[in-house]
Amino acid sequence: MNNKERIDLAQWAMDYTLKCGSDQAAVSISNRREIEIEYRDKKLETLRELTQNSLNLQVYAQNRYSGHSTNDLRKDSLKKFIEEAVASTKYLTEDKYRALPDPKYYPQESQIDLKICDKHYDKIQSSHRKKMAAEIEEIARAQSDQIISASSGYSDGYYESVRIHSNGFLGERESTMFDAGSSATVKGKEDGRPEDWFWASVRFSNDLPSVELLGKTAVQRALRKIGQQKIKSGKYDMIVENRAASRLISMFRNPMSARALQQKSSFLDGMIGKKIASEKLTVIDDPFIEKGLGSRFFDGEGLAAKKRVIIDKGILQQYYVDNYYGKKLGMQPTGGSTSNIVFEYGSRSLDEMTKDLKNGILINGFIGGNSNSTTGDFSFGIIGLLIENGEIVKPINEMNISGNAKDFWKQLIEMGNDPYPYSSWRRPSMFFEGVHFSGL
Amino acid sequence: MKSKISRRSFLETSSKGLFAAAVVPYFLKSNLGKAFAAPAAQNMTLKNYYDHFGVEEGIIREVMSEALSGGGDYCDVFFQHKIANYIGLEDKAVNRAYSNVDFGVGIRVLKGNQTGYSFTEEITPRAMKLAAKTAANIADSGATAKPIPLKLHDHPNYYYIKTGWETVSIDKKIPYMQKINDKVFALDPRIIKANIWFTNETSYILFANSEGRVVYDYQPMGEISVNCTAEQNGRREQSRFDLSGRRGIDFFNPQNIERLASEAVRRTVLLFDAVKPDAGEMEVVLAAGSSGILLHEAIGHGMEADFNRKEISIFCNKINKPVAEKFVSIVDDGTNPNMRGSINIDDEGNDTEKTFLVENGVLRSYMHDRLSARHYKVKPTGSGRRQSFRFNPIPRMRNTYMLPGPHKKEEIISSVKKGLYTEYFTNGQVFIGAGDFTFYVKSGYLIENGKLTKPVKDINIIGNGPKALEDIVMVADDLKMAEGGWTCGKSGQGVPVSMGLPTVKVAKITVGGVNT
Repeated sequence: MNNKERIDLAQWAMDYTLKCGSDQAAVSISNRREIEIEYRDKKLETLRELTQNSLNLQVYAQNRYSGHSTNDLRKDSLKKFIEEAVASTKYLTEDKYRALPDPKYYPQESQIDLKICDKHYDKIQSSHRKKMAAEIEEIARAQSDQIISASSGYSDGYYESVRIHSNGFLGERESTMFDAGSSATVKGKEDGRPEDWFWASVRFSNDLPSVELLGKTAVQRALRKIGQQKIKSGKYDMIVENRAASRLISMFRNPMSARALQQKSSFLDGMIGKKIASEKLTVIDDPFIEKGLGSRFFDGEGLAAKKRVIIDKGILQQYYVDNYYGKKLGMQPTGGSTSNIVFEYGSRSLDEMTKDLKNGILINGFIGGNSNSTTGDFSFGIIGLLIENGEIVKPINEMNISGNAKDFWKQLIEMGNDPYPYSSWRRPSMFFEGVHFSGL
Repeated sequence: MKSKISRRSFLETSSKGLFAAAVVPYFLKSNLGKAFAAPAAQNMTLKNYYDHFGVEEGIIREVMSEALSGGGDYCDVFFQHKIANYIGLEDKAVNRAYSNVDFGVGIRVLKGNQTGYSFTEEITPRAMKLAAKTAANIADSGATAKPIPLKLHDHPNYYYIKTGWETVSIDKKIPYMQKINDKVFALDPRIIKANIWFTNETSYILFANSEGRVVYDYQPMGEISVNCTAEQNGRREQSRFDLSGRRGIDFFNPQNIERLASEAVRRTVLLFDAVKPDAGEMEVVLAAGSSGILLHEAIGHGMEADFNRKEISIFCNKINKPVAEKFVSIVDDGTNPNMRGSINIDDEGNDTEKTFLVENGVLRSYMHDRLSARHYKVKPTGSGRRQSFRFNPIPRMRNTYMLPGPHKKEEIISSVKKGLYTEYFTNGQVFIGAGDFTFYVKSGYLIENGKLTKPVKDINIIGNGPKALEDIVMVADDLKMAEGGWTCGKSGQGVPVSMGLPTVKVAKITVGGVNT
């Protein structure tokens, strides 16, 4: 099936849903093709190939709402699926806020090319995929005689989807993704076997980093962990490496949603126009970045994408407002999900910032932990390096950081100049003062 | 982050109250007209299963021949039809429902330790053979193995339920949710919001392999979760409680409905008095029940045999060595009646069992799938599991728990001068090589001079697996199993699990807190 045929099927499913008694309906159909390869010990360990379909249906019948999905796209199966979906919706309680978005929020025709689909995808040969994974694994294995196990991976995917609403929205989308990298476990002290990974995700095959970088980085990161220990509990200055900083940003994700506001479970309720972080923090949601992993013209509800400043120099400007909770709160919908997140970046690299750490901790990764979106409390496990006078003293682990987001973000004193390129959240390394660490 | 390469393993409670649009729903009976013909679904025979998936032995063997055509030495096929329904209550009304239907067959080919995997959502001979050919590509010589005639493998049923979910329509579920909601608001005037989710799933599985085994299973699952937000003097707190298992609707009896409401409210309002403990190492007493998360993270993942076959687990050279006090025995069990992590057979068609990971303090057995059992030349432990037909099976936990010990709960708590009593958890994670593991304590109590005093909330606990085992200094006689909807994630696959623990004291572990 191609997107043209998908639109026809979606149109048919939507019409049939309306015919069964729904007042409004939305249908999306998607297809994903993916190939995954894993190499270990000079051998192909796993080869996985898949093609996956999905049809999603939203039923709006007499102010009642339900959503349904199936991977069986045969018309006779779909008929029964739709009939039951509409019939069961009538048992639900009326909810006057349930309706498709006002068409004024749907996107206009755009001439911009987001560059999210590599048109050469179909020309990629199986042999190329295997060769790349094999080379990465060979480079990883050659890095050190301390390696216990190194494995490499390569995967790519082609994604197509269409979406249609009964009040006039039609959108389609084609995109590609290429991922490659490696993981490694090395001999540690005593019984420990430190591990790490390095994995790149990009829209275009040619943008994957070199096999050298993909092969050696995980091993180097794992070697750096040998001899890790916990140190004394206390307040330390902290730098969080860009790759790990998404864990911190994610503290904002739920509390910024209209759902959390309406359900009174957001510590950011009533904070628009108020200071929620230091002036170093500026967060922008930008859906139009070329080759961006989160780039789009419309979101999962058909709402037109817009570039928005979410936090401006520490002042909260906007929430993430979806159609339904927007209606419940009487707020204009802005889109309930993140696209690409970019920041106002600083001028110094991670290395330069680290030189300024007198007695502090450089965090390379988090393990476990959670944050409370109602109160802002958080506590995360960490892996990192103890730094004294700008020099690495020793690797550390088995420690937690804890605090409350309302205070914590005011301790941010510097943003790095190094946006993490392999994610839709392009966060830089971040420097915080006086963070609570628990260890010994 | 790419979990499949980083081998990230984690555990979390399901349905944290946020069924975002990305999570799919249900309340359909079936998308297959002929599927639920004559017998009640859980009494279906092999013939019924063949009919359900529109196949017969001849076609399955043809597909397996194609799968072995590249020179693979073993293959299996895994048919699955899974129906899931989610109904939500918010702002005092049952006003949303979601459903999901998933249908397909996965084909796996093994050549030594190598795996080729493919699946198709279209169960026709042509589509299945095409997928088989793709999976066959893992090997590159001529066919040597041939599938042999299929023989039905019988297995016990650990999750008999009175009424299958496929016969329970949406209008029968709605009153339960309204009842819980009314109770929640009646219990405490500080409650300002309640969210309730009713989830049920039914999975039909048909498995066959090139060694001639064919087996089928009917896997039910039910869950109700209750999330509450309360307000007091302008401050808000939120918590939740849920019950889950391979259960039918009769599980949600008046007594359980009462508990769902009262326990959710209790856990929420107690947070108004909660404090943060001091940061650092201290004695920790784990309450009986879902504290079994300690075992899941500290030892469970590290004992999954794939990590040991690759020598990347901190436990990989400790079999038959002492790892804990003599009164510590830890099992991973697929046979507990109606428990969330129980399975009648694993997803490779093998019988499940109760596997001793630690017996009287000595490390005994890994959890094996077919690949690792072959590597170690041992019997599989029935631990090969997969999220769905889209994934190849890997060694996974089922219900992981510690057997009762010689101490008493009161004796344990009164032995602690200054420490922490942990009661309710949301998630955990482990690095299986270095051994670092964590679990997040949503609420618990301080222990001061042998007594539970102030509640605590939102703290992460971090330790080292083998060290934490050594540091288990007391085990009570009050084993309790977790009742909630735990889902374990590994290599990008989520599977339902459970766990359990008697009251246990760990001599020393790092608690996330504040530095005073």
